[in-house]
Amino acid sequence: MLELRDISYEVDDGEHREILKNINLKIDDHFVAVTGPNGGGKSTLAKIIAGIITPASGQIFLDGTDITGMNITERAKAGISYAFQQPVHFKGLTVKDLITLAAGRPMKISEICDILSEVGLCAREYIDREINNSLSGGELKRIEIAMVTARGTKLSIFDEPEAGIDLWSFNSLIHVFERMHQEINGMILIISHQERILNVADKIVLVNDGEVSAVGTKDEILPMLLNAEGSCKTLMDKTK
Amino acid sequence: MDKIQKNLLEQVADLHEVPAGAYNIRANGQMAGRNSTANIEIVTKEDRQGIDIVIKPGTKNESVHIPVILSESGHQEMVYNDFYIGEDCDVTIIAGCGIHNCGVDTSKHEGIHTFYVKKNAKVRYVEKHYGEGDGSGENIMNPVTEVHLEENAYLEMETTQIKGIDSTNRVTRGTLKEGARLEVKEKIMTHGKQYARTEFEVDLNGENCSANVISRSVARDTSKQEFFSRINGNAACAGHSECDAIIMDKSCVTASPQLTANHVDASLIHEAAIGKIAGEQLIKLMTLGLTEAEAEQQIISGFLK
Repeated sequence: MLELRDISYEVDDGEHREILKNINLKIDDHFVAVTGPNGGGKSTLAKIIAGIITPASGQIFLDGTDITGMNITERAKAGISYAFQQPVHFKGLTVKDLITLAAGRPMKISEICDILSEVGLCAREYIDREINNSLSGGELKRIEIAMVTARGTKLSIFDEPEAGIDLWSFNSLIHVFERMHQEINGMILIISHQERILNVADKIVLVNDGEVSAVGTKDEILPMLLNAEGSCKTLMDKTK
Repeated sequence: MDKIQKNLLEQVADLHEVPAGAYNIRANGQMAGRNSTANIEIVTKEDRQGIDIVIKPGTKNESVHIPVILSESGHQEMVYNDFYIGEDCDVTIIAGCGIHNCGVDTSKHEGIHTFYVKKNAKVRYVEKHYGEGDGSGENIMNPVTEVHLEENAYLEMETTQIKGIDSTNRVTRGTLKEGARLEVKEKIMTHGKQYARTEFEVDLNGENCSANVISRSVARDTSKQEFFSRINGNAACAGHSECDAIIMDKSCVTASPQLTANHVDASLIHEAAIGKIAGEQLIKLMTLGLTEAEAEQQIISGFLK
């Protein structure tokens, strides 16, 4: 179980802004989606859980252990994986290199092939490709997801996996998450605006203006989202 | 050959034993082994230090190893090696120089390699430079590579210096005739107070000839690197050079490209980028469970792969 207690985060870039305000959240479901308007604090929350951003106050517990003081590496080793919204480019490092680093052990070609095929990529074509802009946005996103599945940790965080990918990639991405929902043993926390992804979730958390404004099942939250004026414009636009 | 010399050979030429095919091993200024073959003849120069390597026209899939090792502290030499590659050849040449210096004197190797590559011949030239030793004496290496490519000839050069060379001035010059192609891939890492200077000068003289120079380097500690490239397009040709450097600690990197087009159809491009390791690259690898130091190591070794 992941538990956030009184997490706050603020920035001071000329003007003082509270990005997250006393977030309290317990996540013990299999598949949780976090949604809400852009700029509401969702990505900041994910980065705080992964240790990339240090909160101003509050505590984070993973399966009862206080991980607040752990750095990124320690949290990764404790069982947290994080798929970036914008995948990072590397000069010289290949798909095989990163999948192997993610798995933390030497990998057979057949094992890498299994992981890549799960995200719809053929290993033969991709294994030696460099992680750079010769790959499309959709391909980079899938490799980002493949790294997380290669780790197979107790908590996998995906930050807007649908952002920046084409429609064809999006359709196969949905299948990836549907399959992950059925197969994965750990918890999945996915930040998304997409109704089709929210539909797969066991629980939806609505983050708005730095606060958790609602938590519930999709049957409880989705109608609220679609009816509440201004609560999530992106989602409404896409589902109209 | 002693253990130190054997280790140097392994470092610069991946040799664990006497190589197959033609070879010439030079150790502390002396010939330590040589083999000519039916198609590849190696001859000692009479007027100065060095060898001539003569490869018969049409020789295919053969290789020549010509490693140089210095294990006596203070040994200094200037060596001239000339390569005559016949028409329609397809050969690999593995050079390289390793210095072990456990004394206080400066060890220095200056090697001038000149390639005369005839029509339609294809050459892959690999050189590695490596230094070691716990003495206070400096390891200096100043390689000069001159490449003359005839019509439709091709030379691919991979040059690597990763460790142990205190000072280097690496000069590569080329002249290309019609349809010839030159590809240069350079990898350098400097640390401590080391200094590395790279100088490329290529004259693209023939129609449809091309040159592609790619330099990737990492500068650590207080080391200093300078990269100069000059591409002269004298015909309808294509030239591209790329200098990509990672700067760390208190090091200093200069990239100074120069392109000159003397022909309206010369197409010349230079790209240069110098910067530290991107923070997001480190963070990504740390989210996979690597420490910051391990992440840095992976990024550098990938960059210089």
